[in-house]
Amino acid sequence: MSEVYTAQELMVAVASREIHDGDLVFVGMRLPILAYAVALETHAPNARGLFEVGLMRDRPADAFLGTMGDPPNVAGAVWATRMSNAMALMAQGRVDLGFIGGAEVDRFGNLNTSYVGDPAGPAVKLPGSGGGADIAILSRRWVTLMNHERRRLVDRVSFLTSPGHGDGSRGWRERNGLLGGGPVAIITTLCVFRFPEGGGEAYLDTLHPGHTVEEVREQTGWVVKLGAQMGETAPPTRAELTAIRSRS
Amino acid sequence: MSMAEAIERFVPDGSRVAMGTALEPLIPFAAGHELIRQKRRELELVGPISDALFDQLIGAGCVSRVTAAWVGNVSEGLGHCYRRACEQGVPGSLEVHDHSNFSISLALWAAAWNVPSLPTRTLLGSDILHTNPNLSTGFGMVHVGAVRPDVAIVHAQRADAIGRAHLWGPLGITEEAGLAADRVVVSCEELVDSNVTLSDPNRILLPETKVVAVVHEPGGAHPSPVQGYFKRDHAFYRDYAEQSRSENGFASWLKRWVLDVTDRATYLQGIDVERLRIHHHKYSAPTDFGDE
Repeated sequence: MSEVYTAQELMVAVASREIHDGDLVFVGMRLPILAYAVALETHAPNARGLFEVGLMRDRPADAFLGTMGDPPNVAGAVWATRMSNAMALMAQGRVDLGFIGGAEVDRFGNLNTSYVGDPAGPAVKLPGSGGGADIAILSRRWVTLMNHERRRLVDRVSFLTSPGHGDGSRGWRERNGLLGGGPVAIITTLCVFRFPEGGGEAYLDTLHPGHTVEEVREQTGWVVKLGAQMGETAPPTRAELTAIRSRS
Repeated sequence: MSMAEAIERFVPDGSRVAMGTALEPLIPFAAGHELIRQKRRELELVGPISDALFDQLIGAGCVSRVTAAWVGNVSEGLGHCYRRACEQGVPGSLEVHDHSNFSISLALWAAAWNVPSLPTRTLLGSDILHTNPNLSTGFGMVHVGAVRPDVAIVHAQRADAIGRAHLWGPLGITEEAGLAADRVVVSCEELVDSNVTLSDPNRILLPETKVVAVVHEPGGAHPSPVQGYFKRDHAFYRDYAEQSRSENGFASWLKRWVLDVTDRATYLQGIDVERLRIHHHKYSAPTDFGDE
C-alpha cells in the first residue's frame, strides 16, 4: 500500500510530469505553480517559468504567493519586463508548455472563461480570458486542470474563450492559423484525458487509482471515449509528494 | 498636487481611463476611490486584468464600458459587482469589450504608435472576435484596433515633482498605456528630488511631457503590492470578495472604505500598515552613467 495522497496532490504530480527539462513554461497560479516547483525538484531542474505580468524565473519563489505579481515572485527573477515581451516569446513559438484554468472545458479541449448563456445577456459573467486565450493559441502545447464535475466538463462550451481543437475536425488549428499544437491533456480529479495527434476529441487515457470508468461517465457531459491503451494514473512518487508538501 | 485635485482637473466624466496596467502590483486604488467619491460617471475603464479595482468602480456606478482582458478578484475569483452589472444591469448596464492580455497590450501599442490597428495571431479561433467590435480578421491575422485612453493613471515607487516616475518590478502594459494615453497622472510612494530620478533615466518609464499631475500618495496602491514597499494584503481582498457578494454588503464596504473616508491618509488609519510594510530591502547595484 502506497502513501495516502489527495486528488490535488495527484493532479499536481501528473501536471509536473508534463514539464520537460529545459522547457519554458507559461506558469499559472495555484496548482500549476506547484507543478512547476515539483518538476524542478524531481526531473526538470532547468525548466524556466514565464509569467504574463512580465517575469521569468528559474526557480519558484520561496514564499507563499497570492498572485504572480507578489514581491517574493519578483525578487530573484531572472527577467523583470513588460507583458508584451513575455508575449513576444510565446508569439515566436518559444513557450513549450502552458497551463490554463477554466470554468468549462469541452470534449475538444476548448475552454470558456467568459460567458455562460447569451453574451448579450449572460446567465453568468465570468472574469474573461486574461492570458488564457493567448496561451491556448500560441504556446506549443498546453494542459488544463479541473475539478471533475458534469457542469464543468461539457459537450460543447457555449463560448469559446481559449480554443483547443475547435470543432474537433483533424487539423482545425492549422487551418485556422493557430500557432501552437493546442491542448494535450485535461487533468481532472478523477482521470487524465488526452487528445489524438493533430487534434480531435479527448479520450480517457488514465484513471486515477480508486476511480472507475462509470464514475467518469457519470461526471462528464459528453459520451466518454476510452483510449486504446487505457491504464491507471501513476500515483505520486515519494519525491513528488515531498516536493509538494514542502510548499503547501 | 492632491489626489482630489488631480482627479477633479484631469479625469472628467466620460473619460477613457487606463488603470491597473501593471496587473496585480501597483494598482492605483487611491485614485480609483477618489473617482468614486467625486461621482464620476460614464467612464470607460481600460486594463489587462483588474484586481478588484474595476469591480469597485463598476459597483459604484462610475462605469459604462469596460475594455479589458479580465475583471474579478485575482486571489478570490469572480467580481461580484461586475457580475451584477452584466447579468442584471445593477447598478447600471455595462458594455464589455473583451480582450486577452496580449490583445489589450497590442491595442495600446497601436495607439502609442498612432496606427489604426496591429496584426497578431492571438485570438484566432476565439469567440472574443465576435463580441468585441474593435477586433477584425483578414489575411490570416487578427487586427486589433487601437485603444487610446484619455488618461492613464499609474502608481510608481517614486517620482519627482516634474513627473519623472521610476517604476520597477514587472510592468505589465504600463508603458504602452502611458504612451498611448493623451495624458498621465502619476501617484507615488515617495516624492523625490530630480537628482534621484535623473540618476537613472532608464528607469523613468514614461516621458515627462505626458505627465500632467504627480500625487504623493504613500500606500496609494493598497491592497495591491508595491515592490520594496508593501506586500499584498490578501485578507483585504478576501474580505472585499465576501462583502461584495451582495448589493447591500458592497454598499456597506463602499461606505466604510471609500465614501466615509476623506483621503488616503484617513483610509490608511484603518489598515495595519506595519504588517504589510516590507522591511527586508534588496537594493540593486548602482548603475554607472559616467560620461567623461
